[in-house]
Amino acid sequence: MNDDVKLGGLAWHLAVLSLTAIGGGVVLVAPDVHHYVSVQNHWLTDEQFAAMYALAQAAPGPNLLFVTLIGWMIKGWLGAVVVTLAAIVPSSCLVLALGTVINRHGGGEGRWAGALRDALAPLAAGMLAGAAWTFLSVAGAGWRGIVLALAAAAAAYATKLNPLWLIALGALAGAIGLV
Amino acid sequence: MQDARVGCWALFKVFSHMAMQGFGGVLPFAYRHLVERTQWLTAAEFGQLLSIAQLLPGPTICNLSVMVGQRYAGAAGGFSALAGLLLGPFFIVIALGAAYQGLAHHPLFVNAMRGMAAAASGLILATALKLAVGMLRGPAQKPPAAADGGGGGVDVARTLFWRRVVQVALLVAAFIGLGVAKVGLITVVATLVPIGFLLFAFVWRKP
Repeated sequence: MNDDVKLGGLAWHLAVLSLTAIGGGVVLVAPDVHHYVSVQNHWLTDEQFAAMYALAQAAPGPNLLFVTLIGWMIKGWLGAVVVTLAAIVPSSCLVLALGTVINRHGGGEGRWAGALRDALAPLAAGMLAGAAWTFLSVAGAGWRGIVLALAAAAAAYATKLNPLWLIALGALAGAIGLV
Repeated sequence: MQDARVGCWALFKVFSHMAMQGFGGVLPFAYRHLVERTQWLTAAEFGQLLSIAQLLPGPTICNLSVMVGQRYAGAAGGFSALAGLLLGPFFIVIALGAAYQGLAHHPLFVNAMRGMAAAASGLILATALKLAVGMLRGPAQKPPAAADGGGGGVDVARTLFWRRVVQVALLVAAFIGLGVAKVGLITVVATLVPIGFLLFAFVWRKP
């Protein structure tokens, strides 16, 4: 398959998925994008895929920029630009469209908007947890990785520590062979 | 909200400034810039927009930037804020990717990346936890205003109880769907959003 076809397929896949990514761009990580990129098409190994996400988490800006890196690995600068736009423009247009309504009605206090928000909140939390869980197995860190992830989660939940410190501690734990 | 209009360029600048500071996450910096420095939003407005941004599809901080930009300068403002948020990080992420490719053969580096990835998944889990706790502590738990004597209060309490049960069930179903059964985002969303919406709109409405 040539690179343009790959890129087009990935861009379309991301554009559709981005409209369902309730809870944040992060829920795209796993299983969907991982399955498409690593399992179905073998463009990246699991190890590379996990590394792309970890790098995007450490870098400034939205973590969704891990897709930028995937596009870049597949087809350089063009890939990075196309994939980033595909993942962000559709959901942003949806927000613009809804924003008109939200700005006018003060955040949707009505019955229908309220019911929708009530339904979306548990899904956001559950899908984020599901994505985190799947991603952990992609990262291939075994039970010690699970312990590290739970410790990082507890620290991030209970303190106001900059997440960058937790990422750095994770890197250290990996480098000295604890994970 | 201040009455003066904020231009696209100002939106671009403020959002790129906060994005470039946001190593490890932009949201804390978003609060500092939008509420404390520019005073474009009050703390309450920020909280309200954030909760909507989180529930809409797409990255939370991107959604927030689009909403704030749109509020001050329409669709062009929304895209200006978004562009400011993404432009700098775009290049930084690629620089990191290039460094990764250069180092990808060192075992030490590979091990460090594995630890980073595990910590990163812990951070996702923490976000999930914050959302779940916020939801369970939310308005649904407000004690019923049982000033009207017996019956009304009992009904309200029962509704609140069942709303809580449905919320927890949806959360668990979403986790199992995405994380264990791995049926994919679209299936999970297309199944659970209508179920939750119908239950909360018709059966257990917010009292």
